[in-house]
Amino acid sequence: MHKLLTDEPGKKMLLLGNEAIARGAVEAGVAVAAAYPGTPSSEISLNFFQMAQESDLYFEYSVNEKVSLEVAAAAANTGVRSMCIMKHVGLNVAADALMTLAYVGVRGGLVILVADDPSMFSSQNEQDSRYYAKLSGLAMLEPSTIDEAKEMTIRAFELSEQLEEPVLLRTTTRINHSTAVVTLAEITPPKTEGDFSRNPMRYVTVPAVSRQLHVRLLANLAKAEEMASQSPFNFFEGNGRWGIICNGVSYTYVSDAVRDLGLQEKVTILRLGFSHPLPKEMVHTFLGNCDRVLVVEEGEPVLEETVKAVAQEGGKMLPVGGKGEGLFSRLGEFNPALVRAKIASWFAIDDPLKSVTDSSAQADLPPRPPTLCAGCSHRATFHAVKKAAEEMDVIYPTDIGCYTLGMLPPLGMADFLICMGSSTGTAAGFSKTLDKKVVTFCGDSTFFHSAMAGLVNAVFNKHNFTLIILDNGTTAMTGHQPHPGVDMEKHGLSGFGRIDIEKVVKALGVGHLSVIHPFKLKKSIKALQEAFVFEGVSVVIAREICTLYGKSLKLPKMKPFFVSDKCKNHKDCIDQLGCPAFFVKEGRVNIDPDRCTGCALCAQVCPENAIRPVKK
Amino acid sequence: MRSGLSGKRYPSCKKITSRERQDMNVTRLMIVAVGGQGNLLAAKVLGEAALLADIPFRMSEIHGMAQRGGVVESAMIFGDAKSSLISDGEADMLAGFEPLETLRALGKCNKKTVVITNSMPLPPFAAAVGQSAYPGPDKLRKLILEKAGSLSSFDATTLAMEAGNVMAVNMVILGALAATGLLPVSAEHIRDTIRNKTRRNFVEVNLKAFELGFTQQH
Repeated sequence: MHKLLTDEPGKKMLLLGNEAIARGAVEAGVAVAAAYPGTPSSEISLNFFQMAQESDLYFEYSVNEKVSLEVAAAAANTGVRSMCIMKHVGLNVAADALMTLAYVGVRGGLVILVADDPSMFSSQNEQDSRYYAKLSGLAMLEPSTIDEAKEMTIRAFELSEQLEEPVLLRTTTRINHSTAVVTLAEITPPKTEGDFSRNPMRYVTVPAVSRQLHVRLLANLAKAEEMASQSPFNFFEGNGRWGIICNGVSYTYVSDAVRDLGLQEKVTILRLGFSHPLPKEMVHTFLGNCDRVLVVEEGEPVLEETVKAVAQEGGKMLPVGGKGEGLFSRLGEFNPALVRAKIASWFAIDDPLKSVTDSSAQADLPPRPPTLCAGCSHRATFHAVKKAAEEMDVIYPTDIGCYTLGMLPPLGMADFLICMGSSTGTAAGFSKTLDKKVVTFCGDSTFFHSAMAGLVNAVFNKHNFTLIILDNGTTAMTGHQPHPGVDMEKHGLSGFGRIDIEKVVKALGVGHLSVIHPFKLKKSIKALQEAFVFEGVSVVIAREICTLYGKSLKLPKMKPFFVSDKCKNHKDCIDQLGCPAFFVKEGRVNIDPDRCTGCALCAQVCPENAIRPVKK
Repeated sequence: MRSGLSGKRYPSCKKITSRERQDMNVTRLMIVAVGGQGNLLAAKVLGEAALLADIPFRMSEIHGMAQRGGVVESAMIFGDAKSSLISDGEADMLAGFEPLETLRALGKCNKKTVVITNSMPLPPFAAAVGQSAYPGPDKLRKLILEKAGSLSSFDATTLAMEAGNVMAVNMVILGALAATGLLPVSAEHIRDTIRNKTRRNFVEVNLKAFELGFTQQH
């Protein structure tokens, strides 16, 4: 049985934040969940995917975040509890659905989990999703700890049903990827069957209906504010006249700092866990009892600006600090010492624990950047592209996936990237204004997510570029989730269709299409050259299973290679491919047989034919 | 508590006395490794052992693309703090499964920090192919001792192989950590956890590796 389905109320379990959230949803009786994978939220959907195979929960990996929210929105409007999980940038994709769903509302609880990534451990930006709560007019909950993440998930479903609105549950990486002890509660059996009564004047958002629904939304927002002021997730701690307002993980740093600085008698903390809409009356009361206030929040000054507005409305003139010079930055995630130092500085006291860190020793260490795996087929494709384009002036817009790592030397195969699916759209733009060949990359999962739309656009508008679809049979970057092109029967899962990328591309009317197997270097180079000289939109599908995924599926291993005596130390293998299976010992090139997957790419690059398969 | 902030209107209003806050004993342990070295399992074992011993425990992971050869860090906090992160200069103990990564994490250390590290390098690609220099053992020792309180450096990789699997470096280091007597969880709790929470066919190797690390440090 899946550990998150353990039916032992009271049992204590060590859980990752993402597991605690998934467990909370199960305890709340979630019936439908949908997601497109995105770190730091990936483990939530992974656990749902696994649990769905042995429980009444319906879970799907949707093609993108917008679709996942539409699936969950409809299910929730039939009265069943639903959840939708995404990373912060995923909410941009789903925002169109979100904004008007807020007008329509829900009947069954709908919780939208959005995981922000301050410091960008695995993201292209560090946008603050709290603005989406403001923008959409929806309630937002923000847990500070792991057990609270579980608790808030359950309450979020209840709140959603009370307000008849979706609820945004916002985490940051530090919640998603922290682990702590959580006490299990009872599992509510999900209500999986819904009902729907026709009522177009309520559910069909034509202007006349939406005008009414906007009024409804604003009334709900006022109701939500009343509930926020009564919520146990918003509380005061301490009774001093120095005020600190905080949310999310910042609360844990503030708590530790207040203790470490010995300020228990001087400080009152206002922790806002039900952070949108801001409980203005509560903040007003708080400000009335403070001489000086510091707002501690990662990201944007969302609370700070609202608190200042509340102070102004209430005619309070006390200093309120937050973001700004000498105080907190909008950049990156916080940590306990940083928060302690800023509290000490704002309230003009000494930080006795102030540690002077000197990073001089770390400065000149050899870096250890993430790289494409040994035997990764993307390396072979990138190398083939480089060879095929040797005489050409090329720009390489890319996309989001493992292959973004192709930007690093020696491959250097990335010139432009803004968001998931941007490969095809940006390629079109470059092809209109540059006198260069445009070659762009996207993965198989990314193709379905949104790059496909850019390809349709390119065929219609007669753009001129080559799209290389790196089809490795899985969503590799986020941990090998399936996508519409995956043969689910192979994984012992029935009840799925399968969409063949090659047929899709053909059906779109792309002028030139070829499929390559990137470990066959010469053939691949030739096919790429043909695609590159084609005027118009050409597509090359580079098909080879992700080597890590293959390992996890226990596919038969190929023999590793070794460097024979014929090696004359050109080091083309190292300099051109940068495969991590290589190492140099006493001036000679070697291959680590434990890391080599036998892809044979280097053997085809070696000018001396010195790289050979190990004979067993 | 003043009336304006009384718990009546806000039922969740918590009063925390200063006494509660002072009775704290917090131990901060940082474990660093290269992706694939089993850092997260080691951290999980410590967490489960803390749960068994009823000691408050929080941990956070930083594993940006660990499977793609990057660095994995686990910050573990035993005791009554609320944070799950360790700031620069604030680790009580630093354990490294790979010497270069131990060095890279030195910012977390202060002059009292106890450092335990595997001495067997896993050079990053640029160093493995001679494009950048991997610091030698003497430089490593010097740099660590400049920043930290004490250093125990030994070949955990060979001990892991002796135990039966090179992947057991994590258990060797756990053994050495337990032997310092500075962990809030006992060696016995950790042994129990290894027995009950690691994969059955690895338990014997894991326990042996743990003992080899324990003896090495003792």
